Amino acid sequence: MAHFNPGLLRRRKRNEVVLRGLGFSALALAALMLALLVGSLVSTGWQAFTQTHIRIEFPVSAERVKPDDIAKGNFRAAVQDAMQAALPGLPAPEARKLSAMLSNGAQFRLRDVVLADPALIGGSVALTVPVSDPYDQLNKGLIDRATPEANRRLKDAEIAAFDTLAAEGRVSRPLNWALLTNADSRFPELAGLRGALVGSFYALATCFLLAFPLGIGAAVYLEEFAPKNRLSDIIEININNLAAVPSVVFGLLALAVFLGWFGMPRSSPFVGGLTLALMTLPTIIIATRAALKAVPPSIREAALGIGASRQQVVFHHVLPLAMPGIMTGTIIGLAQALGETAPLLLIGMNAFLTASPATPFDASTALPTQIFLWADSPERGFASRTSAAILVLLTFLAAMNALAIFLRARFERKW
Amino acid sequence: MQTPSKISAQGVNVHYGTTQALQDVSVEIAPATVTAFIGPSGCGKSTFLRCLNRMNDTIVGCRVEGRITLDGQDIYAPSVDPVQLRAQVGMVFQKPNPFPKSIYENVAYGPRIHGLARGRADLDEIVEKSLRRAALWGEVKDRLDAPGTGLSGGQQQRLCIARAIATAPEVLLMDEPCSALDPIATAQVEELIDELRATFAVVIVTHSMQQAARVSQKTAFFHLGSLVEFGETGQIFTTPRDPRTESYITGRIG
Repeated sequence: MAHFNPGLLRRRKRNEVVLRGLGFSALALAALMLALLVGSLVSTGWQAFTQTHIRIEFPVSAERVKPDDIAKGNFRAAVQDAMQAALPGLPAPEARKLSAMLSNGAQFRLRDVVLADPALIGGSVALTVPVSDPYDQLNKGLIDRATPEANRRLKDAEIAAFDTLAAEGRVSRPLNWALLTNADSRFPELAGLRGALVGSFYALATCFLLAFPLGIGAAVYLEEFAPKNRLSDIIEININNLAAVPSVVFGLLALAVFLGWFGMPRSSPFVGGLTLALMTLPTIIIATRAALKAVPPSIREAALGIGASRQQVVFHHVLPLAMPGIMTGTIIGLAQALGETAPLLLIGMNAFLTASPATPFDASTALPTQIFLWADSPERGFASRTSAAILVLLTFLAAMNALAIFLRARFERKW
Repeated sequence: MQTPSKISAQGVNVHYGTTQALQDVSVEIAPATVTAFIGPSGCGKSTFLRCLNRMNDTIVGCRVEGRITLDGQDIYAPSVDPVQLRAQVGMVFQKPNPFPKSIYENVAYGPRIHGLARGRADLDEIVEKSLRRAALWGEVKDRLDAPGTGLSGGQQQRLCIARAIATAPEVLLMDEPCSALDPIATAQVEELIDELRATFAVVIVTHSMQQAARVSQKTAFFHLGSLVEFGETGQIFTTPRDPRTESYITGRIG
């Protein structure tokens, strides 16, 4: 202990404590931010996972609906008839006006039911239909009844009518499956993510089918076969650069090339998938090359040593061993693509569409662009639905990342 | 009478980029003989070994000059397929490197890619024969489906030997096959090498002079990229002609 220096030792210990403290605070800060994000989404979004419904008897008179032409029937008037019947205490014109309490979809729902069973004409049918957005807000306690009437979205008479119906036990608030099964709508109570989910699925499938084989092919060639020279260096640098190119640039490229030159269908998930594939390719190539590099050289030597050709070495040994790493990288790349918004906006995947796409070549939205659309909508109901849609997107992302972790843990090789 | 050489190397020079790793090496590898390459680290003995089955082809920037023949055929001739050559000249590496597959698949892989078996029964027979000759059959016959990587180090190395001889090679190259093994496993592998000599020309690179003395009939001493002395093992270890050989085997250089 000839050179023992108590000051130096103390400083080293202090530095270590400080470093640990800094690391821990960084982690804590990140966790706090995440908790804040998820917390705010859940607090605004959870309301959108339920939807207020109301049970109403709909009289279907032959006067409103002609049996010989049901589809052309005046179901709008039939809905007003139902309100009039449900609120006998009110003068008829006022009660009929209150049919705005029911979602605009109620008349179409009634039409479909009558079309399916024409025997209903002349009688009546009880249906549980969603209420329109303001009443949904009221039921969820988002409209303050203490606000002066002039500043309130619902007038006293409207609230009183809703309360009357609620007192009769007609109002319920079930889980809002429409959020997943309906396509988009102007009316928040009818708007759902089906179009976006199907669009995102088609886009991701296109992206995967294109980027996965291309990416693996490029990575295998670069890593196993390409001569190491200036050209392959330049290619490698550019692939790394490509991974860092802002996504909006890919969107512009797709707009100019896929839509402009090739005239591919606008707003279609197929073009979206092509664009996302351009962005995902570098990620997959980089992940695949890293996975290939991680296969020990002794395995290649062993295979070469018994007379396997280069191609056999790669396809019999190296690629299968690298597959878990490749899959992980691919899933992370796809998760990134799932959340990508800007390039899809540029190719028009933010169109307002009330039907989900039947094929990848039909116009569609995707999850992130749907969120973008809803976030832009003025109706109050879309505020919570935006958060709910973000939660749906985050659930998919978390599931994909969990799958990546699972694959890695399950198939990782020990040497 | 002089038996014809299995492998004959004349005037071999090897360059890695601009550095010369071997200069003017000429060695005759006799059939049914164990030839040992000894010498200090970096002397070029492994490089030379890898010239014999063209494993150096896979190293970027490696250049081999000179003439190496197998049964009189130049193995660097354009007509020779290195992939085919490596089935004839098997190789066992320093670190046991079984494929992360079953024991059976490890041995069956070579015959399968070279189309040596006509059907499953034939392949089973090749696998059993190879494992028997590698003195491993008794230990693994009940668990051929178990992963090869689950065996002990010595068993893994014998599995690699079985894998190498499954393609029916004529020459077996061994690059320090015992350096990662304990003394008991080493003894088993050495015994095996002695048995394999009956069928193959065996070339072994080793750091252990005792091992070279135990297993080989011919010994080549490499130093600084040159072949210093090549002769009968007994002669090299008892009456070396070159003072450098004497210094090395008595432990003064290396």
